Order: sequence, then structure tokens, then C-alpha cells
Amino acid sequence: MNYALLVLASPASGLSNLSALRFAEAALARGHKIHRVFFLDQGTSSGLATSVYPQGEADPVALWAELGERHNLDLVLCISSALKRGLLDASEAARYERQAQTLHPAFSLGGLGLLVEATAEVDRLLTFGGPS
Amino acid sequence: MTQTKKVLLLTRHAPYGGSLARAAVDAALAAAAFEQAPSLLFMGDAVLQLVSDQDASAVGTRSHGRVLESLPLYDIDQVFVDQTALLEYGLTSHDLAIDVILLDDPAMRQMLADHDHILSF
Repeated sequence: MNYALLVLASPASGLSNLSALRFAEAALARGHKIHRVFFLDQGTSSGLATSVYPQGEADPVALWAELGERHNLDLVLCISSALKRGLLDASEAARYERQAQTLHPAFSLGGLGLLVEATAEVDRLLTFGGPS
Repeated sequence: MTQTKKVLLLTRHAPYGGSLARAAVDAALAAAAFEQAPSLLFMGDAVLQLVSDQDASAVGTRSHGRVLESLPLYDIDQVFVDQTALLEYGLTSHDLAIDVILLDDPAMRQMLADHDHILSF
């Protein structure tokens, strides 16, 4: 089956973000396809290369990046959610004259159109929700 | 993009406490811009997003009601609302910024069942 994931949950709080990651791992292990993982709202912090998680805690940024690189996943952060959280790739850092690129290279920035395209494309779209 | 799937956007949060309410509406507008007109269902606290004459200037953001008023311009004409939640907040459809269709619980269940994808905000 072809899946897309919509991740609204922050990687820094709660379990929902890690649940999305575990779902992706399990689906890929069973031979399913992940068309795209779209990170929106607080979920965009999943791509923040400068975040540091304490020893003994899962590091969702590293785990997503590793999974993405291993399976060549399309990990996309909503650009407007990302920019206001300080997540910039090289071209956005240059455009807004900020000091550094903060987006992990396993991720990319993109518009909501990529979420829309994914919903049209896939068999199942799963939302991993934000705060209730 | 041809419309292949029936998509329901489900919003459950009040307008200003967090950013999820706005994220849901932005997703709806983006879908409509790509000719994938979604259904929009306001459940629970989300009915507060619809209250008319919101003034959000004191909290440093745009009026959410104003954003919702742009939905018809994107051909999102059918907006569905959790009737029970509206009642719990002492609101009627006359208090709302846009025209809506009220749904009781069985009708909402049917709506969830009728769509291919549910994006839950």
C-alpha cells in the first residue's frame, strides 16, 4: 500500500512524533511505500539540525534523517511553519539574511501543495496529531 | 491536478490558543487552489473559530473569522459544523461569520465514513 504521513506533533514533546516514525519503519519493513512525510505546524521541528536531545532520550531528528536516508524518503517541512520556527535551508538563510542554515540536509522545505499532491496520490494518509 | 480522492479536513481546536486552527484552514485553501475541494468539518472547540466579528488585534494575529470568510472565494461552499458543540457553547448559526451546515452525531459519523482521507487537525 502507498502511504503518506502528516506529522503535526512536535518531536520535543509527547509521543506522537515518534509514533509516526515507528509507523513509517514498520510500514517500510513490510514492503509498503511511503510516498511522502509532510511535517506541518509544530511537526516541522523534526528537521531542526541544531536541536540537541539529552542522552538516554530518543533523538527524533537523527532517527527521521537516518530513516529518510536509508529509504530515500521525501521528508518535507511546510515552509511557512518552518520559517517562523527558524528552520532555514541555505537559500532561505541567504534570502532572509540569517546567519546559518538550520535545516537537516535529509529534509526539504516545500509548500502545502505537496501535502495536497500526496493526498491525491496515496491509498492512505495518516495524521499524527499535535496537542489535544 | 484531477480530483481522485474525497478529502475531509477535520478541525477540533479553538482559533487563537495554538496554531492548529490556522494550519487546518491553510491546508483547506491550498487543497482548493489545486482543485481538490475538500470538505471542512468543525468539531468540538473548533466551533469557536466561526464566531463572527472577531477582533484579534490584541493578540497580534489576523482575525480567524476573516480568514474563514475567504473560503467561498476558493469555492469551499460547504462547511459542516458539529451541532452539539455549537449548542454547548450557547451559539446558533446566526452567531457565525459564514454559512454552515449543521450535523448531528449520526450525520458526522456518516461524513467520516464517506471520505477517502481524513486530515485531522
